[in-house]
Amino acid sequence: MQARGLFRNVGFDRLLDLLLPVLAVIGALLIGAVILLALEANPVEAYTAMFAGAFATKNGLADTLVKATPLLLVGLGIVIAFRANVINIGAEGQLIVGALLTTALGLYLGEKLPGWLVIIICLLGGTLMGGIWGAVPGYLKARLGVNEILSTIMMNQIAIQIGYYLLRGPMIDPAEIEAGTNIPHSARLPRAVDLPRFTDVAKWLGFTQTSKELELTGFGKEIYGLLVEPTRLHTGLLIALVMAVLVYIFLWRTTIGYRIRAVGLNPHAARYAGISVERYMVLSMGLSGAFAGLAGAVEIVGLHHRMFEPLAVSAGYGFSGIVAALFGQLHPLGTIPASVLFGGLLVGGDKMQRAVQIPQVMVTAVLGLVVLFVVSSEIWSRRRASRRVSVEAESELKPATEAAG
Amino acid sequence: MNEGLTVLAILVGIAHSGIRLATPYLYAAIGETFAQRSGVLNLGVEGIMLMGAYSGFYVVFKTGNLVLGLLTAALVGLVLGLVMAFVSVTLQAQQGISGIGLYMFGLGASSLLFKTTLGTVEGVQGFPEIRMCLSSLGFSSSFCLADIPVFGEIFLGHSILVYGAFALVPVSWWIINKTTWGLKIRAVGQNPQAADTLGVSVAKVRYATVMIGGMLAGVAGASLSISLLNIFQEGMTNGQGFIAVALVYFGSWTPVGVLVGAMLFSLVNAMQLWVQVLGLNLPSDVAVMLPYLLTIIALAFPFKRALQPAALTKPFERGEN
Repeated sequence: MQARGLFRNVGFDRLLDLLLPVLAVIGALLIGAVILLALEANPVEAYTAMFAGAFATKNGLADTLVKATPLLLVGLGIVIAFRANVINIGAEGQLIVGALLTTALGLYLGEKLPGWLVIIICLLGGTLMGGIWGAVPGYLKARLGVNEILSTIMMNQIAIQIGYYLLRGPMIDPAEIEAGTNIPHSARLPRAVDLPRFTDVAKWLGFTQTSKELELTGFGKEIYGLLVEPTRLHTGLLIALVMAVLVYIFLWRTTIGYRIRAVGLNPHAARYAGISVERYMVLSMGLSGAFAGLAGAVEIVGLHHRMFEPLAVSAGYGFSGIVAALFGQLHPLGTIPASVLFGGLLVGGDKMQRAVQIPQVMVTAVLGLVVLFVVSSEIWSRRRASRRVSVEAESELKPATEAAG
Repeated sequence: MNEGLTVLAILVGIAHSGIRLATPYLYAAIGETFAQRSGVLNLGVEGIMLMGAYSGFYVVFKTGNLVLGLLTAALVGLVLGLVMAFVSVTLQAQQGISGIGLYMFGLGASSLLFKTTLGTVEGVQGFPEIRMCLSSLGFSSSFCLADIPVFGEIFLGHSILVYGAFALVPVSWWIINKTTWGLKIRAVGQNPQAADTLGVSVAKVRYATVMIGGMLAGVAGASLSISLLNIFQEGMTNGQGFIAVALVYFGSWTPVGVLVGAMLFSLVNAMQLWVQVLGLNLPSDVAVMLPYLLTIIALAFPFKRALQPAALTKPFERGEN
């Protein structure tokens, strides 16, 4: 009875729910350690190099946050879709079309309008494009019953091919044609269209001293350097963080958000409550795609400043964003630390490669294991939830037997 | 040169390549058909294919033994199928998402193994083309049956794995529609509660089908690395595993339907190859898009949904309902 009583404690249950993804990551890293041992590398050394590389220096931290930005944006879209119980596997394609339109807009408008305006147009354009790319499979599912997992996978391939077509043809960098190399990438966007970096903002705010001049040491020096000195860190991170808060408000404080969650939890009940399930399916897929498109737009104006190989731009974020969203418990705010963690793993993998000669791709395998563990572990939260319900029902129905037993 | 002859030669070339290129689609999609008919969507086919492609290639590269390479790929696929079955049947995880996990694991692990054990792209002597030459029977003639105009040029001169893939179509049709076990598969996919009541072990059937699907996905990968291309590269399956999953929907969960879909995709791929070979100035990127568009359109036909196994993606637990 004692143990049962313990499990009936809702606070303890909540804690377990939060712990499960953490255990999933630890489990995945342990299997990773076995792989490392099999490859005759020292796991402790490898993981130390990984985490130190990702989190200990200003440049490591900057790269981690630069990667966390698209992860978070894609992850937010995944949160919305999965909350509505539609499975969006198409973030890769949505990100690519967003990046393509952003590049086209930036190149076309860059010299004609003030930079800040072009940036806004680019971000909106990318978002809209991604939204359309997500809404199409949503519409096909709502109206024609087309399985969204398959249609989004197909839409990914179509986006990749459109990307190649545009980058080999209409959008190719004229310099590439002149040089005769014909590498499929676009020209660089005008510098006025670059999203400000943190160092630009710091300068604008009046922070001009370097950490050396301030005689900072230790981790404080790295943090100061991260925020003030020139790194790759750009303000796309701030956009993503603001979006996370907005998505939280949207899903839990607005009627539309409530309906999206209702459709996801129980479409039949939602329909009886007068909610148009189809409309919210299209809406959630569209929003999901919009965030992936925004991620693509931010990658272009914030980081790459030009479009190149579609799959190199999307860089698997469409899939690793799913990992971040799942790890963040499909909660917009939970997705923030999840994105930083997985951004760190991606960056750290590179450092690990240099330290112990274990290729960075191991991180992809570890991320895959995290997904498998997280979705597999959900059975225990479901079991506990149903046991809780049945135990409560039992004690209500048969208090005498309970007491006697 | 006669223009009509050239066109014929090109068409023959496209048909020959189309048959070759259908091989990985057929293995993977027929395997997936078994899994889906029993109610399990294995979206991790792409990852299993990559692991199969790597392991088959590695064994052949080290030992030169093609059969051993093929068996290794099949075994690796079987084991990964077991993992997928455990996750989706026993742990009842959401199948679309767990498949993505398996895909990422296979992609990462095969690249990791490639980089640590091989490092560079190597070639192997893969399964030979069966050209059926008279010289092998002791004749002095250099004539081969594969040289017979049109028929021989299209249908002969492929490797044993290509013929194996096409043989799988009638075999799997027979298993699914004409055997007791096939009946169990269909029952479990259509109405697991009823099957369970009649004493069919839902879990056992699903484990078996997902593992068969995994094994065939492993062979599909190997068909690329030790028969069609004879190399291993990171991510060399290039989305074919995902297309295989879609082909099962496209083909209405029947082996013959899968065959039609696989041929469609492979013929378009073959055409694209020939456009490049001939140096034609066609936007081949656009042509490559067509089968994907067509698949989406095909998925939209309402009769398809009626054919879908009713319990697809739904985990089974006794005492539900």
